[in-house]
Amino acid sequence: MAEQTIPDEPESSQRSVPRPVFTDAEAGAKEFPSSRSRHYNYFTPRKRRASVYEDVTVDVQPDPARHLTQGWIYGFADGTVGYPQEWTALQSSNWHEFLDPNEEWEQTIYRNNADTVRSIQRTIADAKASDAFDNWNRTWARVVERHVSAWAHAEHGLGMHVYLPAQRDAPTNMINNAMAVAAAHKLRFAQDLILYNLELTDELDDFDGAMHREAWQHDPIWRPTRENVERLTGVRDWGEAFFAAAVVFEPLVGELFRSGFVMQAAALHGDYVTPIIVSSGESDTARDLRGARALFGMLARDLEHGDHNREVMQGWLAEWIPVSLDAGKQLQPIWSQVAEKVVRYDAAAERSRQRLADLLGDLTLELPSEVSA
Amino acid sequence: MSRASITKAHNKIQELSWEPTFVEPVDKYPTDYTFERAPKKDPLKQVLRSYFPMEEEKDNRVFGAMDGAIRGNMFRQVQQRWMEWQKLFLSIIPFPEISAARAMPLAINAVPNPEVHNGLAIQMIDEVRHSTIQMNLKRLYMNHYIDPAGFDISERAFSNCYAGTIGRQFGEGFITGDAITAADIYLTIVAETAFTNTLFVAMPGEAAANGDYLLPTVFHSVQSDESRHISNGYSIILMALADERNRQLLERDLRYAWWNNHAVVDAAIGTFIEYGTKDRRKDRESYAEAWRRWIYDDYYRSYLVPLEKYGLVVPHDLVEEAWNRIWNRGYVHEVAQFFATGWPVNYWRIDAMDDDDFEWFEYKYPGWYDRYGQWWERYAELGMRNGHGPITFEDVNYQYPHRCWTCMVPCLIREDMVVDEVDGQVRTYCSETCHWTDAVAFRPEYEGRATPAMGQLTGKREWETLYHGRDLAEIIEDLGYVRDDGRTLVPQPHLDLDPKRMWTLDDARGYTLQSPNILLNEMTPEERERHVAAYTAGGPAGRFAPEEATT
Repeated sequence: MAEQTIPDEPESSQRSVPRPVFTDAEAGAKEFPSSRSRHYNYFTPRKRRASVYEDVTVDVQPDPARHLTQGWIYGFADGTVGYPQEWTALQSSNWHEFLDPNEEWEQTIYRNNADTVRSIQRTIADAKASDAFDNWNRTWARVVERHVSAWAHAEHGLGMHVYLPAQRDAPTNMINNAMAVAAAHKLRFAQDLILYNLELTDELDDFDGAMHREAWQHDPIWRPTRENVERLTGVRDWGEAFFAAAVVFEPLVGELFRSGFVMQAAALHGDYVTPIIVSSGESDTARDLRGARALFGMLARDLEHGDHNREVMQGWLAEWIPVSLDAGKQLQPIWSQVAEKVVRYDAAAERSRQRLADLLGDLTLELPSEVSA
Repeated sequence: MSRASITKAHNKIQELSWEPTFVEPVDKYPTDYTFERAPKKDPLKQVLRSYFPMEEEKDNRVFGAMDGAIRGNMFRQVQQRWMEWQKLFLSIIPFPEISAARAMPLAINAVPNPEVHNGLAIQMIDEVRHSTIQMNLKRLYMNHYIDPAGFDISERAFSNCYAGTIGRQFGEGFITGDAITAADIYLTIVAETAFTNTLFVAMPGEAAANGDYLLPTVFHSVQSDESRHISNGYSIILMALADERNRQLLERDLRYAWWNNHAVVDAAIGTFIEYGTKDRRKDRESYAEAWRRWIYDDYYRSYLVPLEKYGLVVPHDLVEEAWNRIWNRGYVHEVAQFFATGWPVNYWRIDAMDDDDFEWFEYKYPGWYDRYGQWWERYAELGMRNGHGPITFEDVNYQYPHRCWTCMVPCLIREDMVVDEVDGQVRTYCSETCHWTDAVAFRPEYEGRATPAMGQLTGKREWETLYHGRDLAEIIEDLGYVRDDGRTLVPQPHLDLDPKRMWTLDDARGYTLQSPNILLNEMTPEERERHVAAYTAGGPAGRFAPEEATT
């Protein structure tokens, strides 16, 4: 074909715009085969009608076990392809059975997180306007400066290096999306805390906004928690990382500190702002735990692989519970660093252990002796 | 929030990362690239507390427009010719989007820069948004457009149709193989920075001209996130360029990624825009013109070429050749003809071109009618259901093409086809570059250098292999492309919804599909040589080679 040049636009004195045309191409204009076939028919919804969540999530990630006929067309150097089921020791007779109980898709993600952000910003603005930070007990300010702010690192580490990679690795879109949303929660909460730290640096004269780094990296109180988080980031098996983070770390360390300490102690020291921020993280964690409970429960009850999965998860409990129990124990001195010592560490720790026991009961797993003792 | 406070907040969140001391970072997704720690900046200063409300507001606008479209009876004005191609496009695109989310850990794992990690994490959430908002748009089309067949089987059909792999590499290519090759060069530097312009800007513009203002609403909203992604990719490529050892890999990956994106995206989007539209105003931009503006000028000249000063070897020859294929060698027209040839194994209806279309094509692409006009006239005639077979099996002087083993678009510019025995199999490639991609680039050694992290091309890459020797009606049933009466086909070679004029399984019975690659491998070397000589002497428009050229 000979070289061509782009033709000049024809000269015209009128604006050139596409003309509307009446096509009558709306639903119901004609009857013909499949003219009423108005649902995605390649999956079976959980209830009679598919939810929006199911419609926008199911089967978007192809799977040779479901409709994909030509297999995965790219492989890693070691020959693994797509979303290998071997990337976790857990097994399932149907990974696709898992549906996120929170039914997260883009509208819920933005609505929930934007609500949280607005609520936090409103609260901080109100507190600043009413000089509420002036009412803080000074010892409490030290705790927020050093410990509450240090917690942001734990959330960030789990979000960025545990949940975020896990959303690449699981074998279905529904699991991976739930993991992506959990990662977003963690990262947002970490930023909420650290930006709150920034506000407090401006509001309180003697508030050291850099103290959280020193505490997280060098304070013996935080050392086992940091070790726990770092070790979780080093796990290649996405199922193990998710399990050890959501099922073990969160009740024994996360809830212990957030609900067992911060949420109880703050009001006693004149602080109504910190609990609002921390409760948003707690609420997101509870939301994400519903997903973990559904996934690991499904795997524990799997008719074909349930025994194997319970054995695997029991092994993970044996490995990770001591790590998280130790991390929680080392946080104990924080309970003594406040002026109003109404909240007892032992009571908080007992509550955490009970939460873990209830969760493991739901998952038909046995409570290891370290916890029941 | 003021710019100063955004900067302050953004600086503050950098304090969240730390150097681990208890574990060595796990090499979850290997790469052959090397990165020194470098304080590269995120110029867009992304912080989640402003991100979530901003995206919520964008969402509200999208959903408001959706309600408005339904209340305003938008579907009374949409062109069926256009909407039918959306059955293919919207089955493909949510997968690349969600794959982009899944690609983020590959880049985060490879690049030691917390500031970039933050941007990549936000990109992950964006991509979940894009995938699900697009699935939701398709759901709306399925509920409100006259013919839901094809939308209703969408993700299944994408997984088994003869065009699926073409689209799927624009997704799988983001998440598998060398982490930087996949998640940065292929995804961000080329797919997002270059080709989302035609995907998410030029194509929605054409949708609006065909009565559909929801596609632009959704995809412009999507595109407004892409600038942040482009910024992520730019930071990573600058870091990669800072290390001399990466230069050779960057050159390799840019050649592969550029060419593959061109082969795949231009094939699909070029067809949708040129053959899916009813807007034949002569001053509306053709795909070639849009490509020249968006990709050649805005991407190649304004983005890629300036990177040369940092040591990037830009594949000028491949950019020019891509343009040559689009402008002079009829790439898009050849692809559209192939799609229409294979209509019985699609899951959408393909309208014939008429006199208005011919006039427009001839104006925009002089010489078009001589090459493609007669074939489209035959397509229109053979679209009528009156006793003959689908055009695929009729004598219309169209040689069913070989597939390219690499990009899986067929070898449509016949004289460019390369044939080689690779990994013990005789394979065909659409071009020298696609041959190089399989035989040279995707290997554990490259130009004498070990590349142990480089990925592999896998899978049953020629769709026809799956159905070699089987009856067309059986294949269509197996694919599930049958309407709810159990006999009428989902695909049709026209837009007429009168049941009497719609093709059925009975019309497809008695025609045997064959795999060009299986047949090629069954030939003796001499037969193969003759066959290849004849094939490469054929075309344009799929014509068999004249007899004198093959004797």
